[in-house]
Amino acid sequence: MLKADARDPALLPRLLFTLLALAVLWPGLQLSELNPGVLLQAENREQIANFTRAFWPPAHDAEFLQLLYTATLQTLAVATAGMALALLLAIPTSLLASRALSLRAASRSGRAGGWSRLVRMPVRGLLIFLRSVPEIVWALLFVRAVGLGPTAGVLAIAITYSGMLGKVYAEIFESVDQRPAHALMQGGSGRLAAFGYGILPSAVAELVSYTVYRWECAVRASVVMGFVGAGGLGQQIDLSMRMFAGGEVASMLLAFFGLVLLADLLSRFLRGRLA
Amino acid sequence: MNRLVNLLVISAIVAAVVASFGYLQLDLHALVGDGGLGQMGEYAGRFLHPDLSTEHLRAVGHGALETLAMSGLGTLLAMVLGMLLALPAAGRFGWPLQSVARLLLNALRAIPELVWAALTVLAAGLGPNAGTLALALHTAGVLGRLFAEALENAPVEPAAAIRLQGGGQVAAFCFGTLPNLWPQLLAYSLYRWENNIRMASVLGFVGAGGLGQMLYTTLSLFQEAQASTVIMAMLVLVLLVDAFSDVLRQRYVRA
Amino acid sequence: MTIHVHGAGLRHGQVRALEAVSLRIDKGERVAIIGPSGAGKSSLLHLMATAVQPSSGHLELFGEQPWALSSGARQRLRARIGLVHQAPPLPPRQRVVTAVLAGRLGQWGTLRGLLNLVYPTDVPGARQVLAELGLADKLFVQCGQLSGGQLQRVGIARALYQRPEVLLTDEPVSAMDPVLAEHSLALLNRHAQANGVTLVASLHAVELALAHFPRVIGIREGRVVFDCAAHAVSEQLLDALYANEQLASPVVQGPTLTVQIPRC
Repeated sequence: MLKADARDPALLPRLLFTLLALAVLWPGLQLSELNPGVLLQAENREQIANFTRAFWPPAHDAEFLQLLYTATLQTLAVATAGMALALLLAIPTSLLASRALSLRAASRSGRAGGWSRLVRMPVRGLLIFLRSVPEIVWALLFVRAVGLGPTAGVLAIAITYSGMLGKVYAEIFESVDQRPAHALMQGGSGRLAAFGYGILPSAVAELVSYTVYRWECAVRASVVMGFVGAGGLGQQIDLSMRMFAGGEVASMLLAFFGLVLLADLLSRFLRGRLA
Repeated sequence: MNRLVNLLVISAIVAAVVASFGYLQLDLHALVGDGGLGQMGEYAGRFLHPDLSTEHLRAVGHGALETLAMSGLGTLLAMVLGMLLALPAAGRFGWPLQSVARLLLNALRAIPELVWAALTVLAAGLGPNAGTLALALHTAGVLGRLFAEALENAPVEPAAAIRLQGGGQVAAFCFGTLPNLWPQLLAYSLYRWENNIRMASVLGFVGAGGLGQMLYTTLSLFQEAQASTVIMAMLVLVLLVDAFSDVLRQRYVRA
Repeated sequence: MTIHVHGAGLRHGQVRALEAVSLRIDKGERVAIIGPSGAGKSSLLHLMATAVQPSSGHLELFGEQPWALSSGARQRLRARIGLVHQAPPLPPRQRVVTAVLAGRLGQWGTLRGLLNLVYPTDVPGARQVLAELGLADKLFVQCGQLSGGQLQRVGIARALYQRPEVLLTDEPVSAMDPVLAEHSLALLNRHAQANGVTLVASLHAVELALAHFPRVIGIREGRVVFDCAAHAVSEQLLDALYANEQLASPVVQGPTLTVQIPRC
């Protein structure tokens, strides 16, 4: 029997990894100025306590409730309109970006040709660009461009979510069984027809499910974008926070939770029904 | 009957979309017609000449590192806090603690990061510390809930076997449950990190430091050239983190 | 006596796993438990390992009642008992060396235990115990990459590394080929005899039980049917035990195949 040494082969890599992690952690701590202790410092606790004490009772006078109601509706409308516009852009781009419609792929069992890759790459790049810039940055830009209010929010959601939807749609098209569409294309049908008869039936459930899920995210995003002036519930929360009107903030946070819950329920219902 | 209900649902959705546009009185025509498109085009054009001077690049680089540190440490802190809360939330310490832990986790994740950031800026002052804490608190809620679900679904035999040979609770957990759970936990955490790098840029809007704060100031001062550099840096950061997290996933989260 | 089961019964919901089982096993004895599938062999072993509490009757180990002890004292008692599971509960991504070293977690403090999770402190010890089972070259392999028989041997290695005073093995060789099974049982018996360890094994293969163990207990439908020396086990006893089971004939194979197990 060979005399093997008692050293653990995983020792060196683990040690190196630990050293690397520490080497990265130290400047990270410096840069982020991390100090959880501030939350526990006496005067800060005082401030947080004062702020949260103002939450009770939540504001509930009639005029404010009316404002709350319109703000919530506005948020819902922003999310829905934004998604509708996003779909308008996402559907054609996803068709362009997906290898599922490649004629070459139909005859070479799934591998697209060089030309089609040349066309698809920039479209994919565009989609990645659209979804990588955070939607709130878009919102900020649009607020500067078209002024305060829900329009900026709608446009921001339209742009970011078209990127997200487009990319995921393209992936869904490629993930379902390609053979029906290939067979149709080889039989001479046009690309769109092959798509409609071959890919769409198997993909529609997942498409609908993802779209509804994204709508739910859009509702939450609309609130967050309101913070930079894109209207709806978020803008009102921002205003009330600046005025330290704790009661109003509390009611609006409650309205936000209610909205999120409603969106969640609606989303589950729709997914169950349509998918 | 089913088809009828489906048809009703679809028409309701279409009606909702139309109503949304009507409610917002979004006059898209006014937006793009009357030179509105030209206005937006001109505004967009101001971004096409980014400021690439060394001084500004250094500032942007520092901001980018700050944002990276915020997101990374925030996620790391959230992993620890989330794990600590997930243990009681999965029922390891009895029923009353489970309810309390679940309530806490739900509260942490229901409040969006931006609201947390407003609170932490209030408590901890402006700067990246507030941003890191805000990310950590919100993500702890999200990860804690995911960890608790993973814990509940993990097989109990390995840990029970260690208990049966006299091992302590901690040892049983670390040798028995954790090795099975670890890939899943890492996958969730990496996914949240990808999300947090986007949020970290944004938290700067409420004063929490990093690239977000730079963007806010440059846009408010109408310095579009500088703002454009910041946006490019944000893009690069997001793409880098996505790629790195993909590499980590391939390496450590094999099914 | 080391193990004393007195009128113990075990219920899993509606199912009666064990019914009024009484037996005594002294220190250093080597006992085999045989019986048809579902007879309660595993349940009896788990009862003796204090994995489950008897629903009736009581259990005494080393002269103490484990279920009357405090939790801490019971844990210390459990460190003196080793249970080899039929399906070894080893996490797939854990390396063999860590899995084997986990055997002494009951004797080490928490800190030393956690240290071994990231850095194995006793590689020679683990290697030695694996070498006896022919697995020394798999020291740093992940458990998920082993075959069923290899995994069972790792489970046995872990129990051996624990150095318990009582070794309870639940179908320890069920996934091994006959030659390997023969070798592993011989190893376990040698180890028990050399160190004065009480060994109890439940086995499916009657021939193996009769060949290696001086005392055999037959269990059927949760009750002890016979408890006698191996040479006193007759065909009638076995027929009664395995009635309705497809057992051609109770084969009592003469001892030993002398085959060299390649070690490297």
